[in-house]
Amino acid sequence: MGLKVTVKKAVKGFMLDVSWQIGNELAVLFGFSGSGKSLTLQLIAGLIKPDSGFIGANVSTYFDSANDIDAAPQQRSIGYVFQDLALFPHMTVRQNILFGAKGVPRQETAERYHEMVDAFYLNGIENKRPSEISGGQKQRVAFARALIRRPNVLLLDEPFSALDTPLRIEMRAFLKDLRKQFHMPIVLVTHDAGEAASLADSIIVYSEGSVIQKGSAGEVLDNPIDERVRRLLVGQPTSDPLPVNHSGQARRKSSASGENRP
Amino acid sequence: MMDSTTLFSIRLSLQVAAVSTFFVVFIGVPIAYLLARKSFPGKEAIDIVMTLPLVLPPTVTGYYLIIVFGRNGLIGRYLYEWTGWGIMFTWYAAALASFVVALPLMIKAGRAALESVDRNLINASYTLGYSELETALKVTLPLAKRGLLAGGVLSFARALGEFGATLMLAGNIPGKTETMPLAIYSLAGSGDWGAASSVVGILTLMAAIFLYLANRYSKRIF
Repeated sequence: MGLKVTVKKAVKGFMLDVSWQIGNELAVLFGFSGSGKSLTLQLIAGLIKPDSGFIGANVSTYFDSANDIDAAPQQRSIGYVFQDLALFPHMTVRQNILFGAKGVPRQETAERYHEMVDAFYLNGIENKRPSEISGGQKQRVAFARALIRRPNVLLLDEPFSALDTPLRIEMRAFLKDLRKQFHMPIVLVTHDAGEAASLADSIIVYSEGSVIQKGSAGEVLDNPIDERVRRLLVGQPTSDPLPVNHSGQARRKSSASGENRP
Repeated sequence: MMDSTTLFSIRLSLQVAAVSTFFVVFIGVPIAYLLARKSFPGKEAIDIVMTLPLVLPPTVTGYYLIIVFGRNGLIGRYLYEWTGWGIMFTWYAAALASFVVALPLMIKAGRAALESVDRNLINASYTLGYSELETALKVTLPLAKRGLLAGGVLSFARALGEFGATLMLAGNIPGKTETMPLAIYSLAGSGDWGAASSVVGILTLMAAIFLYLANRYSKRIF
């Protein structure tokens, strides 16, 4: 049970080459932006195709280059909360959430919808458009939309990065609460050390397209494997300095994301 | 002031513009979608060919249309052989000319509107289980709605004002293929300035209304 990811992907001078496996737990992909974390999520979701490797969740195989399997994103049963949330601006809160209920049996849809509205405290704003609600409310709508069809995996791409500090802390508590209700592998991408420390069951540390350390949250936080990881963990939570690699050159920043495959 | 042929030309113009705009939207929107969202070899070449009528003199566009659809044309020849019917000098020819000349406006406006739809919204729809067609119908096209409407309105206005290509392909037959712009040409040529001014006034007013609508639609609501 869980999520297994072993992928290689070259994107414009950047090479992602990672391998990790998690159970039904919250794993934090941690590292500076540009280290390939978001790209990994897009590979898991099927929005970008890996050059080679294997991606599987529970008993389903999503991608397996050895057996020529490459399931479309529509077939993967993945809840994805995007960094900018990607709520549909032309739909109300209700329509946004129900849009996520594709494949849910008709007689169950209403019940699940109310379950989501209650779980995410969305009563009273159901007929509003995303432009009419607050940042925290948008966040919760995005979670509800991603979870209503009970996906196999939940992917969170820096979902709190646009929020100010009090709301971030509130949303962290909210996500912890969520962990108890939904048993599935959750992958959270962040470069905020505080977020990693407070939320993670396990931490996978990325640097320049590779995994440089993985382990339980306690292991990684207490025993950073080297100076790079230590620096990441004590680094200012929200700033994102341009780190320097071993040869002393500034790391290429733009290459790593590989977003927006045409 | 206006005789029956002039009234006929007003009705014919609206009919020609309506029919050609219907096909412009029906064919132009899918082409705009492909150009905006897909990459395939020859994509920019297709864009250029589709856009040429926007910059070519309409007589040149009309000339090409004769080569293709004339009685001895590439397609017109077979049409005539099989059905005994030719499109030239019928109101269908006027509609075809308006269609070809107005299509680039729909494609240009549509492509820009569709390209501006946030890629993440489309990806979100895919991860929620919606196929590309479902996503296009429920997310991409609704979000590009204003730009598409503006393109449709501009196309209608352009179709209404089409002169050169229509003259080449449909001729100027009063009571048959004489649209408003052609009627103005005939009336002015025969010295009937009163009637000409009326038609000019009507056409100007219509064009202004359509431009107003196009501007209104292209303003964003979100």
